[in-house]
Amino acid sequence: MKKRVFLDGLLYGIMALSLCGVIAVLGYILVYIFRQAAGSLSFGFIFRSAREGGILPMVVTTLYVVVVSIAISLPVGIGTAVFLTEYSGNSSLVRILRVAIETLAGIPSIIYGLFGLLMFCRFLGFGQSIIAGAFTLSIMILPVIIRTTEEALKSVPVSFREGSLSLGTTKSQTIFHVVLPSALGGIVTSAILAIGRVVGESAPVLLTVGLSRNIPRTVFESGRTLTIHLYYLTNEAVNPDDFGIAFATAGTLVMVVVAINTLTKILTRKFKNSQGDAS
Amino acid sequence: MNPNGQNAETRDGCAAKLDVCGLDLYYADFQALKNIDFRLARHEVAALIGPSGCGKSTFIRVLNRMNDLIPSCRVSGKVMLDGEDIYGAMDVTELRSRVGMVFQKPNPFAMSVFDNVAYGKRMRGLRDKRQLAEVVEVSLTKAALWDEVKDRLKKSALSLSGGQQQRLCIARSIAMQPEIILMDEPTSALDPIATGRIEELIGELKKDYSIIIVTHAMHQASRVSDRTAFFLLGELIEFGDTREVFTNPVDKRTEDYISGRFG
Ligand SMILES: Nc1ncnc2c1ncn2[C@@H]1O[C@H](COP(=O)(O)OP(=O)(O)OP(=O)(O)O)[C@@H](O)[C@H]1O
Ligand SMILES: [Mg+2]
Repeated sequence: MKKRVFLDGLLYGIMALSLCGVIAVLGYILVYIFRQAAGSLSFGFIFRSAREGGILPMVVTTLYVVVVSIAISLPVGIGTAVFLTEYSGNSSLVRILRVAIETLAGIPSIIYGLFGLLMFCRFLGFGQSIIAGAFTLSIMILPVIIRTTEEALKSVPVSFREGSLSLGTTKSQTIFHVVLPSALGGIVTSAILAIGRVVGESAPVLLTVGLSRNIPRTVFESGRTLTIHLYYLTNEAVNPDDFGIAFATAGTLVMVVVAINTLTKILTRKFKNSQGDAS
Repeated sequence: MNPNGQNAETRDGCAAKLDVCGLDLYYADFQALKNIDFRLARHEVAALIGPSGCGKSTFIRVLNRMNDLIPSCRVSGKVMLDGEDIYGAMDVTELRSRVGMVFQKPNPFAMSVFDNVAYGKRMRGLRDKRQLAEVVEVSLTKAALWDEVKDRLKKSALSLSGGQQQRLCIARSIAMQPEIILMDEPTSALDPIATGRIEELIGELKKDYSIIIVTHAMHQASRVSDRTAFFLLGELIEFGDTREVFTNPVDKRTEDYISGRFG
């Protein structure tokens, strides 16, 4: 009896310690970044052009790349996931497709970059541009979106589908009005994971979006994302001041990611409330 | 107001509301229903009883073709609704809006109370706000839930109690103005008070609809139903007046089951 209580306590302790460890590491990284950035990071730094010593072009490029690639890959990914889980059954073709998708998820991103460079920049003639990069990144994150959306769809209870179908609705009505809204949480998670990958990616972005420091006016122009900029800053940094700017860029990157994720969550909540969901 | 009333009049020439004839059902190689003959009259409540796994759920899921969702399931025989073969030319969504279903576990959608009830009609193309509001009020009233939820129609249906959720599901299927309501152990997840309310409700609903209810509770069958069907291992052993079946069963196996000797 004593031993079981002890074991229980021990397990609890280990888990609590792991949690503390995770929080401590994350917290330390954040504090470290923002302390190092303190001298350089300012409102002006984020909202001034490159010539004035700011990084507005990189912020804009990053947002462009994220929004366009999600706008392309989310509908395609959700559509594929719905088809795979709801319509396709379990034929051998579908199984092969699943393996293919899993394989795609495991390919190093530089290979997507190479493909994007040849396909979108050269063959389709987009040149190094946000749109070429967005297409490339969309293909790269598709497997993630498909897999997580599939999981989300599978976790919607059968009873919801049956309830809807038993009222005389069609299959597609059931999917669009009951299943997808119920899977929304998981789909949003997949979008957030995908955004994280897009923001953090460097090699394929470098190959397809390029390095231009101008504020892109349209998606057909080249640009430089925060991540790429950060890479160059760190690479070229010699004196402490340069590092300050690099860390300020890193801090901005963190804030952009947090802002996008928060916005996604708020939009989701808005949508859910309009559906009358209690949360 | 209730189009079912009209239907009932124009179709009164037909003897039974529902007529099942020589029904066999297989899940792959396993025969779950064997040569079932079953008739249901208008405004009649039929209870299905029988031990677990005897095919009660399978049987009522035939009647609104919910078994279509199971790929391995094959059906043969005739199921006629008002003289029309439901496995024939009839559209399955049409069938399901005429034959509603209430499930064992309450399964309201993650939407507001109002949207839950309005859902079916909306999907059938009803957009008019006033008409929808009327459908919702009438259905909730018939399901004896209106007074409890009229001030929280916008609240999530998931915030209701289990018994309220089940009545909401009943309202949801009433909103489609069905002709038959199938209920698969509708009170098995509810406490005695909520169960009592649903049983009362069945007595009320009988005025407008034919009802088939699956139950494991003998006293429930004898309280709410006009006729009782006893299933055993995929066969319909006995089907007759509830009082007769319970007091004076024809088949020995029915008697054994009712008196609790097996099952
Ligand atoms: N999807 C399925 N695939 C294969 N066999 C099934 C399936 N559903 C039910 N069965 C089998 O069919 C038989 C009848 O099942 P059914 O669910 O209709 O029983 P039931 O009378 O409703 O039982 P209970 O009272 O426990 O709900 C059982 O032997 C069951 O194992
Ligand atoms: Mg059952």
